Amino acid sequence: MKIIACIKQVPDSEAKVKAENGQITWGEAPLVINPFDEYAVEGALQQKEALGGTVAAVCIGPESAKEALKHALAMGSDQAILISDPALSILDTAGAARVLAAAVKKIGDADMVVFGRQTLDDGTGLTAAQTARALGWPMLGLAGQIKVDGGSVQIERVTEEGRQSLKGKLPAVLSVVQSIGEPRYPSFMGIRKASKAEIPVWTLADLGIAAPETVVKRLEIVTPPARETVVEIIGGETPAQIAEQLADKVLAEKVL
Amino acid sequence: MDFDLNEEQKAWKRTVHDFVAKVVKPRAQEVDEREEFNWEAVRKGGPLGLLGMNIPEEYGGSNVDMISSTIAMEELGWGCGSTALAFTAHNGLGTAPLTRYGSEELKQKWLPLVADGKGNLGSLALTEPGAGSDIQGGVTCRAEKQGGDWVINGAKMWCTNAGIAEYIITLVRTDAKGGSKSLSMILVPTGSKGLVIDPAEKKMGLRGSPTHGVHYENVRVPLGYLVGEEGRGMHQTLATLDAGRISIGGISVGLAVAALEAAVNYARERYAFGKPISEFQATQFKLSNMATEIEVARTMLHKAAWLKDQGRPFNKEAAMAKLFATEMAERVCYDAIQIHGGNGYSRDFHVERMYRDARLMTIGEGTSEIQRLVIARHVLSTE
Ligand SMILES: Cc1cc2nc3c(=O)[nH]c(=O)nc-3n(C[C@H](O)[C@H](O)[C@H](O)COP(=O)(O)OP(=O)(O)OC[C@H]3O[C@@H](n4cnc5c(N)ncnc54)[C@H](O)[C@@H]3O)c2cc1C
Repeated sequence: MKIIACIKQVPDSEAKVKAENGQITWGEAPLVINPFDEYAVEGALQQKEALGGTVAAVCIGPESAKEALKHALAMGSDQAILISDPALSILDTAGAARVLAAAVKKIGDADMVVFGRQTLDDGTGLTAAQTARALGWPMLGLAGQIKVDGGSVQIERVTEEGRQSLKGKLPAVLSVVQSIGEPRYPSFMGIRKASKAEIPVWTLADLGIAAPETVVKRLEIVTPPARETVVEIIGGETPAQIAEQLADKVLAEKVL
Repeated sequence: MDFDLNEEQKAWKRTVHDFVAKVVKPRAQEVDEREEFNWEAVRKGGPLGLLGMNIPEEYGGSNVDMISSTIAMEELGWGCGSTALAFTAHNGLGTAPLTRYGSEELKQKWLPLVADGKGNLGSLALTEPGAGSDIQGGVTCRAEKQGGDWVINGAKMWCTNAGIAEYIITLVRTDAKGGSKSLSMILVPTGSKGLVIDPAEKKMGLRGSPTHGVHYENVRVPLGYLVGEEGRGMHQTLATLDAGRISIGGISVGLAVAALEAAVNYARERYAFGKPISEFQATQFKLSNMATEIEVARTMLHKAAWLKDQGRPFNKEAAMAKLFATEMAERVCYDAIQIHGGNGYSRDFHVERMYRDARLMTIGEGTSEIQRLVIARHVLSTE
């Protein structure tokens, strides 16, 4: 199995993200691997362990995004590639998908491309499906379980309504959700390997494509207004009384 | 001169911090209260490399440098003193002498078993009911050769991890005449016939780390279970403790960092006389002293660890760092309780546990007095 995990680097979930002069800023907060993508790497590594093969992690981003790739290497990925080009500083999901599809083709012979369900920053959850389309491969989204059987892959899709079983031909694109299992911690041995790794940087010229046109334009970036919240502590003699009061409040506030 | 951690050490610190924040710190209060060991930390910490820090990769270890090992102990201490002590006793005492002095056969058989976190841990028994600081003069536990075996008789005290260990490396008298060449280390599997491990001691702190008395009644192990050379036990013990001291210092820094964090948070939230107590200079000065002392201790520890990694002598620096870091941790925890007022004395707040945990650090792996003896020897040395 040759598996490619597509990952992104995002500001840490603790970061205080806000708009400043039409730009998004997150202060001094560190940049980390998109937490949802850790599940993608975990899913990829599980398949590698079950079937043998390799996992390559791919990321579009600036030089600093090598840190996210090193995390994927430290978790156990075999290879990491950074795609970086000044022309990619403004990129929408359709554009990213085109670039990733070109990278998948350049790597060659991939059986499976995995994504996290969405990113922590933009949160569209679109890139996986758009990459599948750009490659012309089947898209199996929101996989909580992955099972490869010969030339096909079966997943259990986790939705709010329940679980669906889906089957598709390989090569395929998958997005992975939390039910795949807790992402493993990098081991010291993995960290040692990752810190020594030379991560190649591919430009658009290396991929043989022109800068993709962005179809989505950001007209304005504003910080959402602060929400007014009130804290009320519900008292009562017994748990039953407290629960009753809480239920009344919930109904009165029309939360349910 | 360079005070920065390298890339590998930075990534390791982040990883161990995340691990401790998720798996160790949330259970610290509970393991102390119930006197339970945090097995999940072992099961999940093994694959990270936290149980093989002194074990080469070919035996399943991670073989980290001393700086990385110190960082790991700081993070573990920040999360839970009990779990940190169990980990350092395993790494520094239970596995380091085996890696350093053990025969190929012993290493192949025992190291992989305790490195991956699937099984039990390692432990080292030096202290006896009648021998602590004075190991050389006091050890009465003895081993005699009979046929192809060592036959061991005697008693040990205060053995961390004995009840959750795969083996106990036991310091024994192998030459009844005494002297500095009369002690040896022998690996004793915990399943051995005649080995009795007492129930865990009832302790003031570190209650989630089991410590046991151990009795040896005609315990037989093969001659090949000698760790290192016959008669070199004292020398091996002193070398083992040198590195162990840096780790105990690391736990102390971790405990102090946690206490300072708790104190800062509390000082910001607690109001008295119409303002947060963090606005009183008396509180601020306490916090400043705490932060400064932590910085000093950590810098000393990292220097001692760095010397060790360079293959240079570090005995004096390790003793100084241990002495300062462990006494510092107690002062910092004391002030953290003071800042918490009455709440600091409650078990609902974590600082009282940190204070109890910190108290051991000036005793274990060489008391403060013994550290001062070691330092004085260097200070007064004419060489
Ligand atoms: C929680 C816990 C875990 C432990 N884990 C282990 C373990 O895993 N393995 C192990 O072998 N041991 C372990 N120990 C034992 C520990 O290392 C000893 O308690 C310590 O070395 C002190 O020895 P002692 O208790 O016999 O005190 P003693 O040696 O009797 O000392 C009593 C007092 O006299 C002072 N003193 C002694 N000699 C001198 C001197 N020459 N000059 C000045 N002052 C002196 C000491 O500093 C101390 O204040 C553990 C202890 C505890 C409490």
